[in-house]
Amino acid sequence: MNFIIQFVNSLTSGGGAYQFLNHILNGISLGSVYAIIALGYTMVYGIAKMLNFAHGDVIMVGAYVCFYTFGALRLPGPLAPLLAVCAAAAVCTLLGVTIEKLAYKPLRSAPSLAVLITAIGVSYFLQNAALLLWSSSPKVFPNFFVLRTVDASGETAVLRSIQFGSLSISFVTIVTIVSCIVIMLALTWFTGRTKMGKAMRACSEDKAAAQLMGIDVNATISLTFAIGSGLAAIAGALLCSAYPNLVPTTGSMPGIKAFTAAVFGGIGSIPGAFLGGLLLGVLEIFAKAYISVQLSDAVVFAVLIIVLLVKPTGLLGRTIREKV
Amino acid sequence: MKKSPFHFLTYVLVIGAYAALQVLQARGGLSSSLRGMLVPICAYVVMAVSLNLTVGVLGELSLGHAGFMSVGAFLGTSTAIALQDAVPVPAVRLTIALIVAALFAAIAGFLIGIPVLRLNGDYLAIVTLAFGEIIKAIFNNLYLGVDGKGVHISLLEDTTRTAETGRLIIQGPMGIGGIQKISTFTAGFILIMISLIVIFNLVNSRAGRAIMAIRDNHIAAQSVGVNIIKYKMMAFVTSAALAGSAGALFAMNYSTVVANKFDFNTSILILVFVVLGGLGNMLGSIIAAAVLTILPEALRPIAEYRMLLYAVLLIVMMLTANHPFVRAFFNRFRQTGRLRLEADGDEEREAV
Repeated sequence: MNFIIQFVNSLTSGGGAYQFLNHILNGISLGSVYAIIALGYTMVYGIAKMLNFAHGDVIMVGAYVCFYTFGALRLPGPLAPLLAVCAAAAVCTLLGVTIEKLAYKPLRSAPSLAVLITAIGVSYFLQNAALLLWSSSPKVFPNFFVLRTVDASGETAVLRSIQFGSLSISFVTIVTIVSCIVIMLALTWFTGRTKMGKAMRACSEDKAAAQLMGIDVNATISLTFAIGSGLAAIAGALLCSAYPNLVPTTGSMPGIKAFTAAVFGGIGSIPGAFLGGLLLGVLEIFAKAYISVQLSDAVVFAVLIIVLLVKPTGLLGRTIREKV
Repeated sequence: MKKSPFHFLTYVLVIGAYAALQVLQARGGLSSSLRGMLVPICAYVVMAVSLNLTVGVLGELSLGHAGFMSVGAFLGTSTAIALQDAVPVPAVRLTIALIVAALFAAIAGFLIGIPVLRLNGDYLAIVTLAFGEIIKAIFNNLYLGVDGKGVHISLLEDTTRTAETGRLIIQGPMGIGGIQKISTFTAGFILIMISLIVIFNLVNSRAGRAIMAIRDNHIAAQSVGVNIIKYKMMAFVTSAALAGSAGALFAMNYSTVVANKFDFNTSILILVFVVLGGLGNMLGSIIAAAVLTILPEALRPIAEYRMLLYAVLLIVMMLTANHPFVRAFFNRFRQTGRLRLEADGDEEREAV
């Protein structure tokens, strides 16, 4: 139990408290990215009842589009990153809808494993297409979130973070956390209040009944894929701003983690994906800081297993009673 | 269920394929790259049929099958290295290593099965994925040394203090190096035959019928007195043990083995074999494993496009196999025996 002692020690000493706060912030920031990806996963799962393994690779495509648009634009100020993210979201939305139309729609009535394998095929396809298009050499993603200031002597300083005493918070962290909260609130409003959102929930409850009520099920599923993929693009831009190493397999590990987060929170549940993502991010950073960098993934997955044993449908998942 | 002629056909085809390949090899009719792939193909075939036991016969999706392969690869190979001087005959050493690998993988399967088999559906799938990742992380940080005083194990750092006369076998992220390549095609063939005999006999037994009853409707099975946990565990542990020996066979075909070889992608690759071959269809798994292992090699002339083409082929195959017309065509043959169950399972899923 070495790490517990280390943990308590670090909390009680002065510098440790800041460090602890820093870890929490980093955790929430990473968790926010997971949450945004997990929201896409969980919505698609809720409505199409399929594990979209290609979701992680849509993140990667989003990040690449963002990278190249930003490089091509060369505009000053905050306009360029904003446009780049918009372009990425647009491309990914289109990509998500196309994938759904071509690969998943013909399989609506097929066994769920067939859809799973097709999703894996799409994932391989995107990774290898990216490999051909953009090569395997890593791209260094630009940090969008910097503040350029000119001081009295005329020298420009590049600011990447705000200082609060000895605690420094990078802009990426702030933007990531804020966007995650905004997206979460917007989605809750969308699924709860709007007509399209209600249609979406109806489809996830019972497709046949929804169709009888005059809901266009195919359009609703397309919309879900569009939203999920758009979110994946945003997540890709945020993820690569914080961890700027972009390769064709960038999306796979965050994809798996976000999938885990979605299950952790209860798959199909939007607040569940949010909570699961945040907890997973904090857990991962804590495991890295206080236990071991190499074993952090193992710790995260072990906690997931324990949670699922205590609560077999995830933290906020609905328990469905089985009938004979 | 009476003994299916299908099982007999599977045995005949496997033996026939082995004989044909042996003849070809003796006449020099195999390219060197294909010769090098014979053992991996055997290992993947065993992986595929063992996963088919979990996914097709037991009906639970497992996304961490490579984890058991990893357990078998590391512990089986370690055993073989430790016995290098004590057992000079390679065939005997390989046999012992495969048995030890199967035993350890079975133990791992049992321990993992305790929590896993209490869950259902996608939750079960994610927990198997989690265990696969945990096993990978452990073997990436495990140090295992053997010397005169016995076996020393440490995690994260090499604190095993293995004596100079001994040997540090598993070296954390470096894995195991300097393996003697004692796996042979014949050993692979025998392992495939043993796997088939084990699985077919299990499926044809009372226990096998109980397992399939759980797959088709676990509540109904429970209500007629089938002990669900026991039979699920039986299938899961058997599957893990076979995967473990496949892992050992695979590892001892190379001079080094690292934990990252047995990651999520490997689990998925094997799942692809199973689904493409047909759930519960062992012959299908064997053919799919063999063809899809050779395919990337066969596509080598178009080098950089081969994985892209592989992905497209995968998608097209799934779309064609599930096209309403094709399904209706095959459903006409699905009226008897084992395949019938699968078709029923599909309808049931649609009805929900």
